[in-house]
Parts: sequence; structure tokens; C-alpha cells
Amino acid sequence: MMGHLSLSHFLVVGGLLFCFGLMTVLTRRNAVAMLMGIELILNGANVNLVAFNHYVAGGLSGQIFALFVIVLAAAEAAVGLAIILAIYQMLRSIDTGNIASMKQ
Amino acid sequence: MEHGLQHLAPLAVTHVGFLWLIPLFPLLGAVINTTCGWWLQRRFGKAVNHSIAVGAMALSFAVACFAFAKLLGLPEEERFLQNTLWTVLAAGPVHVDLAFALDPLGMMMVMVVTGIGTLIHIFSTGYMADEPAYWRFFAYLNLFIFSMLLLVMGDNFVIMFFGWEGVGLCSYLLIAFWYTDPAKAAAGMKAFVVNRFGDFGFILGLFLLFWGLGGVWQELPSGKLLYQPMTTGQQLRIFSEGVVATGTQAEHQETVVEIGPTLNFRQLRDQVVIKATGVAERLSRQKLFGFGLMALVGILLFVGAMGKSAQIPLFVWLPDAMAGPTPVSALIHAATMVTAGVYMVARLSFIFALSPTAMGWVAFIGALTALFAASIGFFQHDIKKVLAYSTVSQLGFMFIGVGVGAYWAGAYHLLTHAFFKAALFLGSGSVILACHHEQDMRKMGGLGKYMPITQKTYLWACIAIAGFPIASGFYSKDEILWKAFSQNHMSFLGMPAAWLGPLIYCMGIIAATGTAFYMFRSYYMTFTGEYRGGHGNGDDHGDTHGHGHTPKESPRSMTSVLIVLASGAVLASLIGLPASWTHKAPILEHFLEPSLPATVHFAEYPHWVEWLFQLIGVSAGAVGWLFARALYRNGTSTVPAQLLARWQRIWTVVYNKYYVDEIYDATVVHGSLVFARILSYIDSRLIDGAVNLAGTITRLFANLDGAIDKYVVDGAVNLVASCTIGAGRGLRRVQTGRIQTYLYGALAGALVIVLLNFLIR
Repeated sequence: MMGHLSLSHFLVVGGLLFCFGLMTVLTRRNAVAMLMGIELILNGANVNLVAFNHYVAGGLSGQIFALFVIVLAAAEAAVGLAIILAIYQMLRSIDTGNIASMKQ
Repeated sequence: MEHGLQHLAPLAVTHVGFLWLIPLFPLLGAVINTTCGWWLQRRFGKAVNHSIAVGAMALSFAVACFAFAKLLGLPEEERFLQNTLWTVLAAGPVHVDLAFALDPLGMMMVMVVTGIGTLIHIFSTGYMADEPAYWRFFAYLNLFIFSMLLLVMGDNFVIMFFGWEGVGLCSYLLIAFWYTDPAKAAAGMKAFVVNRFGDFGFILGLFLLFWGLGGVWQELPSGKLLYQPMTTGQQLRIFSEGVVATGTQAEHQETVVEIGPTLNFRQLRDQVVIKATGVAERLSRQKLFGFGLMALVGILLFVGAMGKSAQIPLFVWLPDAMAGPTPVSALIHAATMVTAGVYMVARLSFIFALSPTAMGWVAFIGALTALFAASIGFFQHDIKKVLAYSTVSQLGFMFIGVGVGAYWAGAYHLLTHAFFKAALFLGSGSVILACHHEQDMRKMGGLGKYMPITQKTYLWACIAIAGFPIASGFYSKDEILWKAFSQNHMSFLGMPAAWLGPLIYCMGIIAATGTAFYMFRSYYMTFTGEYRGGHGNGDDHGDTHGHGHTPKESPRSMTSVLIVLASGAVLASLIGLPASWTHKAPILEHFLEPSLPATVHFAEYPHWVEWLFQLIGVSAGAVGWLFARALYRNGTSTVPAQLLARWQRIWTVVYNKYYVDEIYDATVVHGSLVFARILSYIDSRLIDGAVNLAGTITRLFANLDGAIDKYVVDGAVNLVASCTIGAGRGLRRVQTGRIQTYLYGALAGALVIVLLNFLIR
């Protein structure tokens, strides 16, 4: 069935994106990189939402869900980056391994 | 009961209302002098004190004389005055009235106590004139007389016992009058404690008698004992014969006698004396632990008499009693206290007559005491000690009298002894005062020149006590010894003993010889020869309070008393002239007869035998007198010193009173102390130990409990806490704060759930 995209393809792409994102979040210490990993995870989820909407459910609800997620991700990135910036200004580092002052 | 009791009627009683006045006056005097005597003495002088005391005595004596007249006015068999004031106690069979009674015997005693007591009071005003605590002395004297009057006049055992204890107390107070001297205080205590021993016996005897009257133990065939109580207050109607005999015809008269336990002398006498009640027979048949009840009662009552009347072995307090002022010695030795025992035995003669064993016991102890004390009297240097042992010895004679059944003779000797011993003691008091409180006869001598009245009265008293027929002592002593010889009813330790009478007679005669010897020895040493004390040239008398002066006669208040007493000692012979001379019973015997219902049969001898014995009695006295005269007259003979050197060892033993006091110390006193120490040991070791053990065990339990609390309960609580802390500490490591770690965890959890999902499916 060449030249014919099926649901499974999309799911594989979504899963890969999710895994890459997860990998990034788990392995990187850099807060900015972790934020980028979270973006990848969210986008993996978006691919799944759109794909299931197209192949299974029909209508627009999946796509609208994806739009919400994009907006949410943008808001999240804005807040996250602001926090990171504030931390960097205080500690001169955005390595999450060093940010342990709240533990005490 | 061969020598049993006469067939007698109940006592006829005359109720009078004034008897209570006799003891009241001394009591009032004592109360006044005790409460405000000190103030009176300071405010008005000593005369007030002795006026109160002597006045009280004189009033008492006057009432006693009135009672005597009243008694003499009654028919002979009805001489019994009674005065009930009020009921003190009524509980079941015990009924106690505050009541006084006077029968001829009690009357005689009351006359002696108040009469001679008054004389001694008068003497004391002179003798104690220098005493600072004058009021105290007279308060005690009056109290003493009051107690003695209670003892004598009490209508029942309780009043009598009250007086009995009262004289014990007063003797303690008076003997220890100069209590700042430890020896004198100790003498007082000794008198009190020794008397307590006697009182214990007395009260045991009373209980036994009361109990014996109440019922009877009956032996059942099975060997068990059954107690049968009598109905108390039971009245027996008795038809007695010949109570009122008119002419030859005997009238039958119905009388009512209450039987059962009683404390009243008259009720006791009635039920015991009247044979028809059967009480006497029942009592003499009763046994207690195999001993005859009446023998036990008699012996126990006699133990009480031993204490009061200073018989072996309880005589030790009397010689020490001379630690008190001399009038006190005279009072104790002559008129009161020591006569109590003799009086009690005579008063209960009907009880003693029921037991030949008890009577033999009384007489034997009396004879032993007479002999023993006489021998101690031989070698004493202290004039009061000689007199003290003489009293013990004479009391022995009295007990011979009441023991052998010659009750009136014992009472008569009590009377004559009261006169001559009071004269002797007060005479010695006069001498002691003249010699400035010197009591050693070796430092006297020749006093006859300086104090003729004292000398003559002392001599007459000596004649009386030694037993010459010109004075009273002969008649009473001779009657006692003759009755002792001729009695034939006594038994010794339960066995009839015919030999006991003659044995007692021999002991009595030897004692009488000794009496004459030591009394005249004291007379010669004191009044003849040269004055040996305080000539003023001695280096040993450097003090200034009068040792250098020659002695001088005592004031009239003292000498007049001496004269009265000495005349009494002589004149008392008139009421006791023996029947062998006058062919009728002596006046006193006749007078006392209603009081002494127990009659004892004596062997009959012709008159010449009795005269022979009287001759022996006189010659015994004469032998003693002649020996004393030869050895001690004028103090010139050297024989006493030679004899002393020859028999040094025996002399030492006798002089130290056979070491009786030391034996008492070693046995009774030391024994008591050891016993006290053992008890103290038990107390401090065993009882305290038990208490401490209980304490230790409690403490142990407390510790255990504390440990449980501390380790188990607290431990559980702490364990919970430390588990929580540990858990917190362990779990805190999980909270690394690293986002990746959490994510790994979340991932691992997700994976596990996925895996499980597969596996379980």
C-alpha cells in the first residue's frame, strides 16, 4: 500500500516525537533544553490528536484540541522561560542539578 | 471442816448518816492544803497549815469517838453501823455503793488510825517546823489518813481497794518527800513498785473469789468440765435456830440471805458464815487446776497483805521507807499502811478459815518474817533501821496471830504495836532532831541526861515491845504465841501438819528474844553512857550549824505526844488481860467477837501450862534484855567489838540484810531489765525488721512498676516517634528536588503499569 498514508504512520511519528521529547527532558540538565523537550512531547500528542480526528472521529474536535494544546504550549514556554530567566539572573546558572536551594 | 464456822445469823445492820464525815475531814484538809496551802503558808505562816491538818484530824477523831459510843450502845450481836451514800456502779452481779461500814474490828482500826494519826500530826508540827514545803507535808499526811480510812471503813471490796491503792500512792509521796535526794526518791519508788506486786496478788484473789461465788465446775463422767453458773442475787430463806434465844426456848426465825457473787463484805460474810446456804461447803470443795480454790484465794489475798504489811519476800520496801521524814515512818509503821494487810486478813477471816492450807501459809510466813527481820535488827547502827526491822518482825507476829486463827490476838497486837511503835519512832524522831539529823546510834549515847522525857517514853515502849507483863506488848504477843502452840488444825501445803504450831511457837520465842535484845540495844546505845556525837572538839565537825552544841529536849508538842503514846502502850494491856488470869475472855476479844465470825478450835490445856508458857515468854524477853544490858550499857563493854572481830563474816552478811536487796537486784530488777532488753531487741529487730521488709518489698514493686512505665510504655511511645523520624529521614532522600529523578520514577511507574497490564491479561 505504498503512497497511501494510514493511521499507523501518523501514530509512529507521534510516538517518535513523544519519545524524543521524553528523552530530551530526561537526559538534559539545561532548563531551556528541557522546555524544548516538553514542546516535542506536546507536539507528539498533537499529531496523535489530529490523526485520530482524521481517521477515527471525523469532525473538528480533535483539531480544536490541538489548537488548544499549541496555545497552552506557548503560554507554558512564556512562563517557563520567564522563570528560567529569573533563576539565571539570581544563580547565574540554568542547570537544574544546581538549583537545589529550595531543598533546604 | 472441823474448825468450821459457827452457826450464825445474818448481820443486823444499823443505818447511820454520819460515817462519811470520818474520811471527809482528812480529805478536806488535804484538798485545802494541796490547792491553797502554799499561798496560806506564805500569807499567814505555817500555823495555818498545821491548824487545818490537825483540826481535820481532830474532827475526824471526834466523829470516830461518837461512832464508837453509838456502837457500844447497840446490843453486842448487832454492832454494825452502815452508811450508804450513793451507788457508784451497777453492772450485772457487780453492785458497788459508795458506802462505809463500821463493825467492832473496823471501829478499833478507825480509832487507831484517827487517834494515833492525830498524835502524829501534832508531833509533826514540831518535827517539821523547819521544813519549807510544810503545806505539802500536811496535805500528804491528811491524804494518807483519808486513804487508810477508806481502806478500813469501805463497805465493799472496791472502796477498800481504792483505799488500798491510795495508801500505796501516799506512801510513795511521803517516802519520797525529800525527792531531791535520789536515794530517797528511789526508796519511794521501791515502796510503790513492791506494793504493786502485792496488789496484783490481792486483785487476782478478789477475782477468783468473785468467780468462785458465781458458779461451780463440775466434772462429768467423760472427764470434761462443765461450768454451772449460779443464779445471781438468789435469795435463800433460812429457818435459823436460836438466833433470838429467850430463856431456854429457841425461837425459830426466818431470815433471808442473798447468795451469789458479791463485792460487799456483809453479803459475803452472811452467805459464807451461815452454813445452811451451802456456800461455804461449795467453796471449799471447788478446785481450780487441781488446787483448792479457797487455798488459792487465801494465798493470793495474802500476797496482797505481804506487800502492804511487809512480809517475806515483799518486805524490802519497809526498811527503805524510813527515807521519809520520821513522822511519816511512824505513820506508816504504826497507824496505817502496814496494818492494812493484817486488817484485811482479819476482816476476811471467814474466807481464810475455809482453807487450812492458806492459814498455815499465813502463819508460817509470819513466823519466818518475825525471825528473819529480828535477826537483821541485831546489828544495824541506824536507829530508824532497827525500828524498821522491828516493825517487819512485829508484823510477822501479827500474821502468826491471824494465821493460826487467833484473829483477835492479831488485831490486839496491831493495836498495842501501834502505840509502842509510834512511841518508839517518834522518840527516835525526837532523838534525831536533837542530834541534828544524825541517825547513827554510834554517834549518840548519853542522851538520857539531856532529854529525860524522850528517854523515859522510849524505855517504856521498849518494855512494851520486849514483852514484860507490866506493859501491853506482853499480852498480845503471849496470846499469839500461846494460840500458835495450842492450835491443831493447820495444814502445810495441803497436808495436815501438827508440828507446824510448835515450830511456829519456837520461831516466835526466838524472835521475841531477839526483839528484846535489839530494842534494848538501841535504848542503851542511844540513852546511856557518854554523848559520842559532835562534842565541838572534833576536827570533822568544822561546820557551823550546831553540831557542837549539846542535844536538848524536844519542844512540848513532841514530848506530850510521846507521853500519851507511852501511856497508851502501857494501858492497852488492860483490855487484853488473858483469860487464864481473870477467868473471862479479854475485853477486846469480847468486843471484836461479832466481827470475827470464824472460830477455830484450839487444844485445851490446864491453866498452869499456859502460865508456864507465859513464864517462858517473859524469860525470853528478860534474856534479850540482860544480854543487851551486858553488852551495850553505857557503851563501856568491849565484848561487842571482840564478838564482831570473831564473827566478822556472819556479821557482814547480817548487817547487809542477808543481801536481800542485792538478790532482788540480781533477780527481779536485773531480770526485768533483761526482759525489757529482749523485748526491745524484738521490737527493734523483728518488728522493725518486718516493717522495713514490707517497706523494701513495696519499694521493689514500685521500682519494677517504674521500670515498666519507663521502658515498656514510654518505649512504645518513643518507638512510634523514632519510627516516624526514621521514616521521615529515609523518605526525605526520595525528595531529591531533581526533576529528572521524578520523571524517571513516573516513567518507571508507567512502565510497570503497562507491564502489569500485559502480564495480568
